[in-house]
Amino acid sequence: MKRPGWLKVALAAVGLLAMGVPAAAKGVTVTISCGSVGKGYNFCKEGAEAWAKQTGNQVRVLASPKSTTDRLALYQQQLAAGSSEVDVYMIDVIWPGILGEFFVDLNQYIDPKVKSEFFPALIKANTVDGRLVGLPWFTDAGILYYRTDLLKKYGYTAPPKTWDELKAMAAKIQAGERKENPKFWGFVWQGAPYEGLTCDALEWIYSYGGGTIVDAQGNITVNNPKAAAALKMAKSWVNTISPPGVLAYMEEDARGVWQAGNAAFMRNWPYAYALGNSADSPIKGKFDVTVLPKASTPDGRHAATLGGWQLAVSRFSKHKKEAVSLVLYLTGFNEQKRRAIYGTYLPTRPALYQDPDVLSAAPFMGRLYDVFVNAVPRPSAQTKKKYNQVSSAFWTAVHSVLEGKASTEMALSQLERQLKRIKGSGW
Amino acid sequence: MARRLSLSARRARIAWAFMAPSVLILLAVAAYPLFRTFQLSLFRANLLDYPLRPEWVGLANYAYMVQDLYWWTSVKNTVIFTVASVSLETVLGLGVALLVNAKFPLRGMMRTAMLIPWAIPTVVSAQMWRWMYNDVYGVINDLLLRVHLIAKPVAWLADPHLVLPAIIAVDVWKTTPFMALLLLAGLQSIPEELYEAARVDGASGVQQFWFITLPLLVPALLVALIFRTLDALRVFDVIYVMSGVNPSTMSMSVYARQQLVDFGDLGYGSALSTGIFFIIALFVALYLSVLRVEVD
Repeated sequence: MKRPGWLKVALAAVGLLAMGVPAAAKGVTVTISCGSVGKGYNFCKEGAEAWAKQTGNQVRVLASPKSTTDRLALYQQQLAAGSSEVDVYMIDVIWPGILGEFFVDLNQYIDPKVKSEFFPALIKANTVDGRLVGLPWFTDAGILYYRTDLLKKYGYTAPPKTWDELKAMAAKIQAGERKENPKFWGFVWQGAPYEGLTCDALEWIYSYGGGTIVDAQGNITVNNPKAAAALKMAKSWVNTISPPGVLAYMEEDARGVWQAGNAAFMRNWPYAYALGNSADSPIKGKFDVTVLPKASTPDGRHAATLGGWQLAVSRFSKHKKEAVSLVLYLTGFNEQKRRAIYGTYLPTRPALYQDPDVLSAAPFMGRLYDVFVNAVPRPSAQTKKKYNQVSSAFWTAVHSVLEGKASTEMALSQLERQLKRIKGSGW
Repeated sequence: MARRLSLSARRARIAWAFMAPSVLILLAVAAYPLFRTFQLSLFRANLLDYPLRPEWVGLANYAYMVQDLYWWTSVKNTVIFTVASVSLETVLGLGVALLVNAKFPLRGMMRTAMLIPWAIPTVVSAQMWRWMYNDVYGVINDLLLRVHLIAKPVAWLADPHLVLPAIIAVDVWKTTPFMALLLLAGLQSIPEELYEAARVDGASGVQQFWFITLPLLVPALLVALIFRTLDALRVFDVIYVMSGVNPSTMSMSVYARQQLVDFGDLGYGSALSTGIFFIIALFVALYLSVLRVEVD
C-alpha cells in the first residue's frame, strides 16, 4: 500500500521541526557526502539513517556531482578551504594519494582487528605513508554485460572470450537487430574525455599486455606497440559497432542505451546489474555479466580496472568520533550485506563472498570473485598527487586517437613526453 | 608658487574626492585580486598540500606557458569561438532589431518574447541543448531525419569537427537577443526626420539603410561589439557544460580552471589567468583605438 503524499509531507515537516529544536535532540549531526550514480544516493541515505537511529545521532546526506572528476574538484575546494561542513567523504580508490593529507588517520580510532576483516589490497590502497585515510566501502571492477536472449537468437552459446570475438558478435547482432530497431548498436562503453575513459582504456591496454601507463616503480611505460594495438582496436569500434556519440558517453549515458534494449554488449561497473534487473527494466532477466574479453595475441589476458569507493573522515570535522562510528557502521558486515543483496555493490569483506544470501541475490559475485580480487589498479599509488594530471593527459590522448584527430603512434609518443614533464624529478 | 590654488586645480581636487569611493572599490575588487593572481603566478604551489607550501620559481610558469600546446589550442578555440559567435550574433541581432523596430501589431509582445533565450541561465540551456544534440534520443537528429536533411543521426558533440560549431550555435541562439536589444536602442535614437527627408529626396529603402541607418548606428554597434567580444573571450559555462575539458573545444578559461581546480596547480593556473587578462586587454586596446577614430 502506498502512503498518501500529504502524509509524507506532514511527516517530513514534523521531522524538520524536531531537528530545529537543539535542546530536545540528543547526539550530534554528522554530514556525509555520497555519490549519485544509479541508486547510490538512496542506498547511502538509508544506511546512514539506520546508523542515526541506532546511535541517537542525526545525519545529513549531501548528494554530489555524477561525474567523478567534478566530484573531486568539489571536494578539493571544500577541503582546501578547511570547511567543516562535511564530516564523512565518499572517496574514489584513486584519491587517497591525492587528498590523503586532509583526512584523519583511522588507525588512531579503530581496533586493528577491524582492518584484517577487509581485503588486504584495499587496505593497502587506503594507506598513505602509514596513515589509514579511508575504509573501503564497496569495490568495483569493469565487467562485460551481454544480452543472453540475443546471443541465443544469433546462435552463440557463450559470451565472447576475445575482443575479436566480441567485435564479430556485436556486428552480426547489430546488423540483424537493425532491421527492426534502427537505433540498435553492438557495444557501448565510456568514451567521453574524463576519468571513466582512463578506466576503459587501461583495460584495453592491459588486456594486450601493454602495462598500466606508469609501472609500479614509477617508470612511464605507456608508449609501447601493445598499447598502440589496443587503442587501434578501440578506434575501429567507433561508428561500426559503437555509436559515434560514445565519445561523449559516461556510465549513465551507456546504461541509458543498454537498459532501453538498444545494445548487445556494454562495459560498465557492477551497479548496473541490479538496475538492469529492476521491475520496470525492459531487459530484466535477459542479460548476464562476465569478465571483459582479452586480446587474441599470445600474451593477451583478461583485465578489469579496479574501482570502488572508500569512506574517509575530514580532519576539519567537529565530530570525528561520531563520524568514525558512521564509517564503521556503513562498512560493517551487515550494511555491506544489505547493499550487496539489494544494490549489487561489491563487498570489501571476503567473508561476504561466501554468504549464501549474497550469492543467491547476485550469483555473478561468486563467479567473478577472481576478477574482482585481481582487478588492475590505476597508477594512482605511484603518481600520488600528480595522478589527476597523469590521468587527464592519458584520457585526452586516448580521446584524440578515438576521434581520429591523431594517429595512435603520434598520440602515444606525445603522451610520453607530457608524462615525463609532469613527473619532473619524481612523482 | 601661488598660495591659492587655481580654479582648475581646485576643481581637479574636488573631482578626485568624488571619485575616491569608486577608485577604492575598484582597487579592492579588481586590482587586488589581479595583483594576487600575478603574484601567485611566480610560485609553484599546490592546493592539495596541507598546509600550503608555495615555492618561488620566478618566470618558470610563463616559460612553460609559451610552449604549452594545449594553452595555444585553447587560445585558438577561444578566438574561433569569439569571431564566429560575435559576427553571427551581430548580423542576426541587427536583423532582429530592424524587424522589431518596424511598426506592426503585438510589437511589444514580440520584443519581450525575443529575450527568452537570454533570460535562461546558461548552465540550464547548455544542458538542455546537450540532450537535444544527443545522437540516440536527441530531438535535433529526429527533426533533421524527418525532413531528410541527414541520412543517419549525427553525433554533434562527439565529432571533433562539429562540436565547436554546435556550441557556437548555442551561444548565437542565446546571445542574439542581447545584441538585438542594444542595436534596437541605437535604432530608436535615429531621428525620424532624416528618413522623411530621404523619402522626399526619393531615396529607396536600401539606400536609406546604407546611408542613414548604418552610419548612425555605428556607435551603438561598436559598443555592442565590445561588450560581446570581451564576454566571448571569457567564455566558460556553455563550453564546460557541453563538452567538458576537451581539446577540440576548450576555451582559455576552461583550461585555466582545469589547472587551478582539477590539478590544484595554483602557480601555473594563475599564470594562465594572467595570460587571459593580457589577451583580453589587447582586444580592449584595439577596440578603444578603433572606437576613438570612429566616434571622433
